[in-house]
Order: sequence, then structure tokens, then C-alpha cells
Amino acid sequence: MKDKAAYWRKNIIIISCLLAVWAIVSFGCGVLLIDKFKTGDDDILIGQLPLGFWIAQQGSIYVFVVLVFAYAFLMDWVEKE
Amino acid sequence: MPLLALSYSPTMWWTFAFVGITFAVYIYIGWRSRVKETKEFYVAGQGVPAIANGAATAADWMSAASFISMAGLISTMGSDGSVYLMGWTGGYVLLALLLAPYLRKFGKYTVPDFVGERYYSETARVVAAICAIFVSLTYVAGQMRGVGIVFSRFLEAPIWLGVVIGMVMVAFFAVIGGMKGITWTQVVQYFILILAFMIPAVVISVQLTGGNPIPQVGMTTSDIAVELNKLSTELGFGNYTDPFTSLDRLNVFCLLGALMLGTAGLPHVIVRFYTVGSVRAARYSAGWAILFIALLYTTAPALAMFARYNILNSLHNAKVVDVKEETRADGLTKYDLYTLEDKEGNPLQWVESWQRADLLTFEDTNGDRVISMRKTKEGGFAEAPKLDKDIIVLATPEVANLSPWVIALVATGGLAAALSTAAGLLLVISSSIAHDLYVHFVEPNATEAKKLMIGRIAIIGGIIIAGYFGIYPPGFVSEVVAFAFGLAAATFFPTILLGIFDKRTSREGAVAGMIVGLVFTGVYIVGNTAHKIIPGIEEPFFGQWFFGIKPQGIGVVGCLLNFVVTFVVSRFTPPPPKEVVELIERVREPGDAQPPTKT
Repeated sequence: MKDKAAYWRKNIIIISCLLAVWAIVSFGCGVLLIDKFKTGDDDILIGQLPLGFWIAQQGSIYVFVVLVFAYAFLMDWVEKE
Repeated sequence: MPLLALSYSPTMWWTFAFVGITFAVYIYIGWRSRVKETKEFYVAGQGVPAIANGAATAADWMSAASFISMAGLISTMGSDGSVYLMGWTGGYVLLALLLAPYLRKFGKYTVPDFVGERYYSETARVVAAICAIFVSLTYVAGQMRGVGIVFSRFLEAPIWLGVVIGMVMVAFFAVIGGMKGITWTQVVQYFILILAFMIPAVVISVQLTGGNPIPQVGMTTSDIAVELNKLSTELGFGNYTDPFTSLDRLNVFCLLGALMLGTAGLPHVIVRFYTVGSVRAARYSAGWAILFIALLYTTAPALAMFARYNILNSLHNAKVVDVKEETRADGLTKYDLYTLEDKEGNPLQWVESWQRADLLTFEDTNGDRVISMRKTKEGGFAEAPKLDKDIIVLATPEVANLSPWVIALVATGGLAAALSTAAGLLLVISSSIAHDLYVHFVEPNATEAKKLMIGRIAIIGGIIIAGYFGIYPPGFVSEVVAFAFGLAAATFFPTILLGIFDKRTSREGAVAGMIVGLVFTGVYIVGNTAHKIIPGIEEPFFGQWFFGIKPQGIGVVGCLLNFVVTFVVSRFTPPPPKEVVELIERVREPGDAQPPTKT
């Protein structure tokens, strides 16, 4: 019973951390801060694209893939314990 | 007009061959996986490997809209189009982390099963079943329409014939093979649709970015974005990469939220996780699925950018060679068919077929025999009054002068995307009607054979209704789709989430929350779009009174209201009975019966 409670608590902590990253990348960098990545008046560039635009159209999706796999790996690790 | 004629172009021969081969494969798989039990029919016997389920989920998830319309939408909206990319993939993260593993552990066949048992309420089960049917029907009609458009454009068949052929195909592998047949055809369909999407994108990337074969890298490192910004600004549209040109910040935020929360609640994707062997497999198959989805979703913005550049660049200042008056297939409507050539004097053949399909029109308003693509006051193109967003993906290979077989491959991929999603949705409709409503309430003691027969009849019924709306689409498709997403966000997502994560949530709380979310979202959307959906009404009942949020994004507010109401009401009503608390405990446990095996 105690094990179960501990397992559930760890699960909640892992989900909270992953979803915090999820929110910062999408709602944060992809919308609220999309036009704030500047040095002076110039956009910070990645290649030839403004950084905010790149995060919204490319970077955020890569992060999402990592998050879902990270959850699967972390839960494997918790379940082994 | 004729489906069988001798006047076929090479593109049509290729299309005919590809479509014929892929359809034969789908039929073969459907036949090989014919089923005899309801468990196989609804959840494929729960024996699908994680990576195969990942590919099937990706095909299930990516609809005709993802394949045909999304790149066109981004191409038109520029930076603001990112909400669709982040919304549909980000919603998947919510689904994978918060819902999928627990629903798999619960282990019954459908979402209404879970809602009904968790909230010990037959009313909740019925409400969930009706919502599932409504959301799925809305979607499936769009898929059937997509099949019809591909057939009419590439094989010059009438749209109704295309829709009927699509109905017969889906009927074959869904009715005979159930979830098992659907799963294995979806795996094949994923590979067809991703090849069909990637090949033209790679070729165009090589053409436009100085030889870079990876579209994702090409769009980032080459100067295509700079060139496009220059061209776009010159024509009056402003920089392509500038945010908040078509939506303001608050609306982008809300639309993103509504798309994410709505996507996470889509029942046809949730049920895919019931088909794998264990909770652990459900988590890994979610990972594979988003990897497969990301392949298309990171290519789409590159394709959108290339297509925008190609279309503006080839049409602006194109010379008008000839204008003929032609009559549409209905025999009544007349239109001007323009023959164009580009600045260097090469003929632009692709514009003619799209004008015939009524997805593209020209009007040389100032009579200078040169087409202008400058921005008008209304935001359109000066001398191309109609340029349908849907043709961006379908026409891009032709615009870029690719071989006929590539063009045919794109048509085949569009069909695969539409059919795979349609099949998944039809299964949800069938299980909601047959399993959640009919068998549960009318004939709980039906024999296995009888249950299976009822499921099959329900699928055929769903196909016929979907086909009807595919042939005669209501004029307010986008409003209905906004409603379906808003509904999923304001009802399914909070109810399922609290059902798993909050033991204290009671029947009364959940029902009150669903009703408040549903009514608020529904009234706001209907009130704002009344003039489009109710005949005889000239103006909306009210404007965007809630902080200026557009109806498409209001689901996020409905979802929050649902959360608050459910939470508060649950604290003032009797707690759930002991069996339900035990059910929640069981759903939360990691316990796979077997020790984890390597995936």
C-alpha cells in the first residue's frame, strides 16, 4: 500500500516536470515570447529564421517527441525500483 | 467526367495504377484479418505491438486535413499558422501523459465505458456516447469529402462517385476486419502517406534551397525565408515570418489551448491505446506515434514556405495568353478559363486543371494581360479572387514541374490519410451505438455472434450517413469542426482527467461540469456564428463578447469552467462509493500482469 502511494507520487512529480517544459515551450516561447527573442532591434536568428518562428514551427515539435519518450523511459525506471 | 476513358494523361494513368494497387492491398489485409469475436472487433484482441500501434495511431491521427489542408493553412497564415502545428502535436503530449496509460489499464472497449463506470451513472455514459458520436460524425464527413475531391481532381470522376468508392473501401476492411483489419491497414497507410508527403517536399527543397535534401534543414539554413519575406512584403502581405498578422496574441493563445485540449479528448485516438498488450506498451506506442507524426508535422511548415514562394513567384506577373469562356459540369455556370505563361514564357499548365475543378479563378481586372498577386483591401489577391488553400499541397508538385508519378503518389497519399482516419472514426461510431447504447441498454444478454452483427450493422449505418454528408456537405463545415473541438475540450478532457487524478470527484460534480462546459461553449459558438448556420438569420446573436475571443478558441474557457465547477460541486456532494475508489486505485497501479519485456 505504501509502495503504491510512493509510486503514484513519483508519477505525479514526473508528469508535472514534463508538462512544465511542455507549457514553457509551446505557450511560452511559441506564443507569448515569440517576438521577444531580440538583441537590440534585430531578431536572434537560427540559420536564416527568427528564433521564435523556428521554435513555433520546428523546435516545439522536437521537444514534444522527446517529452513523450522521456515519460516512457522514466516510468520504466520508477517501475523497476 | 468519365472514370474510364481513353483520353488519360500520364498523371491519370499513374494515379489509376497507384490507387488500384493500394486499394487491392487494403482489401487483402481486411480479408486476412476477418474477425469472429467482439474483443477482436473493437480492440483487435489487445495484441498489437507497440511500434505497429504507433504507426497506426499516426495514420489514424493524421486526417485528410493534416495531409491536404494544413500546409495550405500555414502557407496562408504564415507565422500564426504555427498554432495548428503546436496545437495538434502538443495535444498529443497531454493525451500520452495524462490519459492513455490509465485508460489502457482500465481495459474496457470505449471511452463511454470508462465515463459510465467511473461516475457510476448511466446518464453520464449516454452523454459521453452521444458526444463521441457527434464529434466522430463531424470528422468522418470531412474525410469522405476529401476522398471525393481527390477523385474528382485526379481522375476527373464526379465527387459523388469518389465518395461512394471511398465508402465501399472503408466498409470492406472495417466491417470484415473490425479494429484488427483497421489497425493493419492503418500501418500500411501510414507508410504510403508519409512517402507521398516527403518525396515532393524533398525534391522541392533541393530545387529551392540550393540542393538541401532535408526540408526541415533547408527551410532553416537557406535564404528561402529571406527571399519569401522580400517578395511577400513587395506584394503588400508583410513578412511571412512575422507573428500576429492574422490573429492577435490572446486569440493565438486561446486557439492553441482549444486545439490541444480538444485533440487530447478525441475518442478515435484514445481507443487506439486499448489495442496494445500492456500499460508499458501504451506508453511506448505513444512515443512511436508522436515520432511518426512529427515527421509530417515538421515537413509541413517547410512545404508551406516553399509552396508560398513558388505560387507567388510563378503567378505574379504571369502573362495571360488566352481567355476562354467555359461551362461547368452542371451545364449552367459559366467561367473564364485563363491560359497563362510565366515571366520567361514557359506555359503554366497546372493552372488549367485547378480552374476546371473550381478551386482557382483569375480575373484580369485592369485588362493589362498580366496577373497581379498584390494584396487587396480584403486580404486576398488582386487578380486571383479564388485560390483555395487545399490546392497548395495537391498542386505543389505540378507547380514545381515534378514527374507525373510524384503527382499521382500525392493523390494516393491523400486517399490513404482520409481513409485511415475515416475507418478509426467509424469504429468509434459503431462502438458507441452498438456497444455503449444498444447492447448495454436493450440487449445486455446478446450472444457473441449477435453483438458482432450489431457492431457491423452500426458501422454500415455510420458509413452511409458519413457518405451522405460527404456528397452534400453542409455549408458551415468549419463552424461544425470548431464546435467538435470545443466540445471535446469542454467535456471529455476535464471529465476523464479528474476521473483519474482526483478520487473525490463525484457523479454530481462531473455531470454539472460537463453541462456547464457544454452549454457555455455551445452557446458562445452558436451565438457568434448564427448567421452562418441557421437559415434566415442575418446577423450573429452577439459578438465576441468574452475578451474578444473567437469561437474557435472558446473551448479553452469552457474547459476551465468545467474544471472549476466539477471540483467545487464534488466537494459539496457525497463522495464516490467504495467500488469506484477501488476502480481508481486499480487504474493507477503500474501492474502489468507480465514483467516488462523489451520493446
